[in-house]
Amino acid sequence: MTATEARIDGVPARMSEVAESDARLRRLLHGLPGVDQVGAEARAAMLATRSVKAASKEQALDLAISMVDLTTLEGMDTPGKVRALCSKGLRPDPTDPTVPAVAAICVYGDMAALAREAVGDRLHVAAVATAFPSGRASLAVKLQDTADAVANGADEIDMVIDRGAFLAGRYLEVFEEIVAVKQACGAAHLKVIFETGELRTYDNVRRASWLAMLAGADFIKTSTGKVSPAATPPVTLVLLEAVRDWFRETGVRVGVKPAGGIRTAKDAIRYLVMVKETCGDAWLTPDLFRFGASSLLNDLLLQRQRMLTGHYSGPDYVTMD
Amino acid sequence: MTFDYAPAPESRSVVDIAPSYGLFIDGEFVDPIDGATFKTVNPATEEALAEVTEAGPLDVDRAVRAARTAYRTTWSRMPGSERAKYLYRIARLIQERSRELAVLETLDNGKPIRESRDVDIPLAAAHFFYHAGWADKLEYAGYGTRAYGVAGQVIPWNFPLLMLAWKIAPALACGNTVVLKPAETTPLTALAFADICRQADLPPGVVNIVTGDGATGRALVEHPDVDKVAFTGSTEVGRQIQRAVAGTRKGLTLELGGKAANIVFDDAPLDEAVEGVVNGIFFNQGHVCCAGSRLLVQESVADEVLDALKRRLSTLRLGDPLDKNTDVGAINSAEQRARIEELVRAGDDEGAERWSAACALPERGWWFPPTVFTGVTQAHRIAREEIFGPVLAVLTFRTPDEAVEKANNTPFGLSAGVWSEKGSRTLWMASRLRAGVIWANTFNRFDPAAPFGGYKESGFGREGGRQGLAAYLRTEG
Repeated sequence: MTATEARIDGVPARMSEVAESDARLRRLLHGLPGVDQVGAEARAAMLATRSVKAASKEQALDLAISMVDLTTLEGMDTPGKVRALCSKGLRPDPTDPTVPAVAAICVYGDMAALAREAVGDRLHVAAVATAFPSGRASLAVKLQDTADAVANGADEIDMVIDRGAFLAGRYLEVFEEIVAVKQACGAAHLKVIFETGELRTYDNVRRASWLAMLAGADFIKTSTGKVSPAATPPVTLVLLEAVRDWFRETGVRVGVKPAGGIRTAKDAIRYLVMVKETCGDAWLTPDLFRFGASSLLNDLLLQRQRMLTGHYSGPDYVTMD
Repeated sequence: MTFDYAPAPESRSVVDIAPSYGLFIDGEFVDPIDGATFKTVNPATEEALAEVTEAGPLDVDRAVRAARTAYRTTWSRMPGSERAKYLYRIARLIQERSRELAVLETLDNGKPIRESRDVDIPLAAAHFFYHAGWADKLEYAGYGTRAYGVAGQVIPWNFPLLMLAWKIAPALACGNTVVLKPAETTPLTALAFADICRQADLPPGVVNIVTGDGATGRALVEHPDVDKVAFTGSTEVGRQIQRAVAGTRKGLTLELGGKAANIVFDDAPLDEAVEGVVNGIFFNQGHVCCAGSRLLVQESVADEVLDALKRRLSTLRLGDPLDKNTDVGAINSAEQRARIEELVRAGDDEGAERWSAACALPERGWWFPPTVFTGVTQAHRIAREEIFGPVLAVLTFRTPDEAVEKANNTPFGLSAGVWSEKGSRTLWMASRLRAGVIWANTFNRFDPAAPFGGYKESGFGREGGRQGLAAYLRTEG
């Protein structure tokens, strides 16, 4: 398959034409403005000082709940565990029907059918694929993994890029793999995971973002949650700047999903502040921003209860799944 | 779903402003001999905050005599390690009272609480900590250990407590005693500092605070028993002071105006460069002597940078300085706003193109929206004169040589910024820019260990770092 044949809707021809050789891709990706580490971290730290209180905090908590990809990605996952997660995702607080549902249930591909059965079409079902989390398998296996998850009912696929190929400068290989997985997804939305903790530099994160968007990613995602560091505010800032600039360049809005290590409502609100002040209000929707998290939801619920009742309850007042 | 920031005002109840203040002389607040008073006003609301004393020549004389006595009888006899203890104590007290000092600074100056809380007050404490460390190590600094004696210090209104710290900390560390005059419009944190000196049991007379306007400042710098004059403020007043001091044995350091160039190359980290440009000129409403008031951007990226800059400026939040989410506060005084308006009119008249962020200005108080002029040339007044407000003049360049030439083509020389991912070019630029401070891929970053000061009409002498000690030690014969 050539890159030209593989051109994806929404990616302008003049941009995907660069995807013809490693050298041409390198020239494009390395021609992006660099990211100054100190400056990017200072900007993220400044945005973390925003004070979100009262009515704006209520809005932010509900918005954050509606953006959660409620996740279980363990070797010990069982049908019972996945079903419990699904019912929690549908109705996060059984005592309060005004709490919005989460955005999606995120599981391994073999659990996708179970999840789909449990949530029907009321929630998205996201499945990790492509030899998650390491991505170390042949392309054929990755495509089969993807097709299998889609056949099982997943309407969102979270793929991992081949970090080895990326770090070795084989950008075309990474590009073509994303294009191929996107085709295997069919109608399912594709989230491309970079594992930014392995890419190490913000420059690499920016290049990976553009590479994935060139290849047709619907979402770009920081991490698998299996590598530390996972999502951090500055890494997410770099992703947000990339989708903002991509939109200005192409008119296409790509989503962003920080995943791993976001556990508190306070952190989640800081991410929303970053989205608002980097990309604008248009990105403040589950269609364009998600949190990949498991324990975050309970803290959001506890904070929400606190806003309503005026006092903190405790872990026994939210469901542990 | 919408998500807006609700008002998040910092509480005013942490400050206790007295209805009126005397002068802090010889360790206590005293009534003036001459007796005139003036009001200090909250620039965000125009509400009077307190009545403050206008120190006359007799009051200044009394303060200088107190400083002289303290110098002779205690401070000059005290070992450096003992002076250090007081400086450490003051630094800790500033930290302990940081919330109160931040609110007070914001009320009196109009700057956003985020800046007074995160920049002014922590840096003021850091200056005392840093200089406390030098007090017993002066002989290793290379400027000798002979203090001047009595230092007369006059500071501006843009960073009231921080400028106080820049002046008092090195003076005391080097063994001088001081008489300090805060700016007429922002005396409150200096008066709170007087209370901190008392709390720290600083010997009476080592620090004296005299409030007042330019006449008080003149009386101080012209007082015959002042050994050292240190001034931060406008170039015009700096000239008057230098004339007044000429022919005397007084030491003098001046930190004056600036018209800094922030130079953005096409290989710069652009997102961070835009942040740096915003921070360079809109930090503290542009009331910064080293503000990056001229943006020199390489022509090949000029449109991209300007688009990004305008987009970013549209997210700045202007309003109540006490709100924790405010980015741009009030202009410090009606006079200053008039000065900004005059220069902005000159920019319009001379044909530059004006753009201002669309933000509603509060009805009361003194405000000015973040403003960018494009199509500016070196010949425009807004490219030559210090505006001291939130107004950026944008010029373009084609080659590094041209950038250096334009950056240096100003009577000032306080600071400059270079944005490039190419280290060799940054160093090449830094060796050619005639400015006391050059920032690489950042702007408006201060540290007590880094000397700060100007070239040309931006003044002479350094504050901070080892070099800053020379300003408070008699280095000649």
